[in-house]
Amino acid sequence: MTERAGATNTAYDVAIVGAGPAGLAAAATTAGAGLTTLLLDENPAPGGQVWRAVTTTPVQERRILGEDYWAGAALLAEAKASGAEIVQGATAWSLDAACELAVSCAGASRFIKARRIILATGALERPFPIPGWTLPGVMTAGALQTLLKACALVPEGRLVLAGTGPLLWLLAAQLLRAGGRIEALLDTTPAGNYLRALPHVAAFALSPYFAKGLALKREVARQVRVVRGVTQLCAEGQGQLTHIAYMAGRGGERRVSAEVLALHQGVVPNVNLAMAAGIQHRWHPIQRCWVPVLDAAGNSPIEGIAIAGDGAGIGGALAAEARGRLAGLAAVEAIAPERAARMPGRQLFGPALARAKRGRALLDQLFAPPRWSRLPEGDTIVCRCEEVTAAQVVEAVGVGAIGPNQAKAFLRCGMGPCQGRLCGLTVTELIAKARGVEPAEVGYYRLRPPVKPITLAELAAMAHTQRAVAAVVRQ
Amino acid sequence: MFRRLLDAAGGRVRVTINGKPVAARAGDSVAAAMLACGLAHCRTAPVSGQKRAPYCMMGVCFDCLVTVDGIGNRQGCLIEVREGMRIEAQHGRRELQ
Repeated sequence: MTERAGATNTAYDVAIVGAGPAGLAAAATTAGAGLTTLLLDENPAPGGQVWRAVTTTPVQERRILGEDYWAGAALLAEAKASGAEIVQGATAWSLDAACELAVSCAGASRFIKARRIILATGALERPFPIPGWTLPGVMTAGALQTLLKACALVPEGRLVLAGTGPLLWLLAAQLLRAGGRIEALLDTTPAGNYLRALPHVAAFALSPYFAKGLALKREVARQVRVVRGVTQLCAEGQGQLTHIAYMAGRGGERRVSAEVLALHQGVVPNVNLAMAAGIQHRWHPIQRCWVPVLDAAGNSPIEGIAIAGDGAGIGGALAAEARGRLAGLAAVEAIAPERAARMPGRQLFGPALARAKRGRALLDQLFAPPRWSRLPEGDTIVCRCEEVTAAQVVEAVGVGAIGPNQAKAFLRCGMGPCQGRLCGLTVTELIAKARGVEPAEVGYYRLRPPVKPITLAELAAMAHTQRAVAAVVRQ
Repeated sequence: MFRRLLDAAGGRVRVTINGKPVAARAGDSVAAAMLACGLAHCRTAPVSGQKRAPYCMMGVCFDCLVTVDGIGNRQGCLIEVREGMRIEAQHGRRELQ
């Protein structure tokens, strides 16, 4: 294994973006088959979000993070032993149809070509735009989990968890095991979701997540006050979170004091690099997010580019690993078919993927975020970077902004450094609601490279061809 | 706002945060080091000037943008602390010099 400041070569058989379950599985597969493989990852250590810092975590007591976390070490060891070149701190900011990546590492950028590209950029947390969500003290559940995994940090003072989805309960259990105190878990799962999930219970009972999920809920409910049916959540404070207001049941508005609020309402594919590469995405009406259009092996319509893991559609870590294997295998079949013939193939990973996806329909229905927490109103900030409010987006529709790209021109929403990651879905849904059409019709921001901000100095310092220089330098 | 687990592994590195010397845990990200030493915010928003603190800790929200060793707009959650690192909060929008 090699970990260094940048990739050693400029051309590889396979380049993979993202070292989570999918990226690691893909790298282990392609490098294991003898293909030159480059695995790029933005974080200081591999593992993605689910296995963040699995080899470097300062958390000593294994039961705190649980067995599913430590299980990641095996795949990471396999990827490292496979001969794949793993580069941490590397941000891929462009990908084109010729399978050329632009990568920034340690303040310098370069182009890297590969015969096959596998995007394993994973998921990010769905925006949770409530009043006050930009206040210091309000964070995502994933952020608290990252602080625990990577730094052994636990919130001190009054902590409230709010939202819906498995991660919220997992985080609660992990924090409790770490000796943390949780004032309340405000569950925003609408009562109607349980009814809609009912037809999927039988399938979910066979899922590997079934027993674990139930045990987790019991563990948390024993120790934490759980308030069900929460709506109209609101973070309050002057320059710092001090209170949380919400409605639940018939009691009218309730308020609790809090120093830290962790928000979560599920995860959605991290689409920026794939969309900027020109890969078509479609609206997923149940998961309410954009998913790339792919074939069964994860290949996109652009020759040579595949997507694996949660970036291909939310399925969780086990599904991500299986999709990574399948995408890796497809790459080996394309580049070295004679070697692929000798490898354990689809007959192994196809069923593993089916098993991992079993019961997903129940999770999708049960944890579908309610309308009020997807469609903010009034002064609630939608675009955190440019501080654009929900009312401004709706008003822009009234004067002719028919989609997110017009909203950019009207309001600058989505044009800050996060490039729509924290507002894109909200803007699409708000515009769809205001126009009375489906989100699929409204579309998404047109994403372009660089998908992460880089400095002009970094661009200028890249190697340029004579022709490129001649095109811009006055003689 | 945060406390460290008592048995947490890791050495120390000396950094400065807003000019003050801080013993950070080696392996922490810049954003985590700021939260660990009790800093309530790491920047002010360029539009309203409101205080902001790290929000996602995974490189997507850009609320942890800070100045590291004189270079502005660095994502604090993606950079590890190093011995001698100078970390500064970022205020509002940048001005041309």
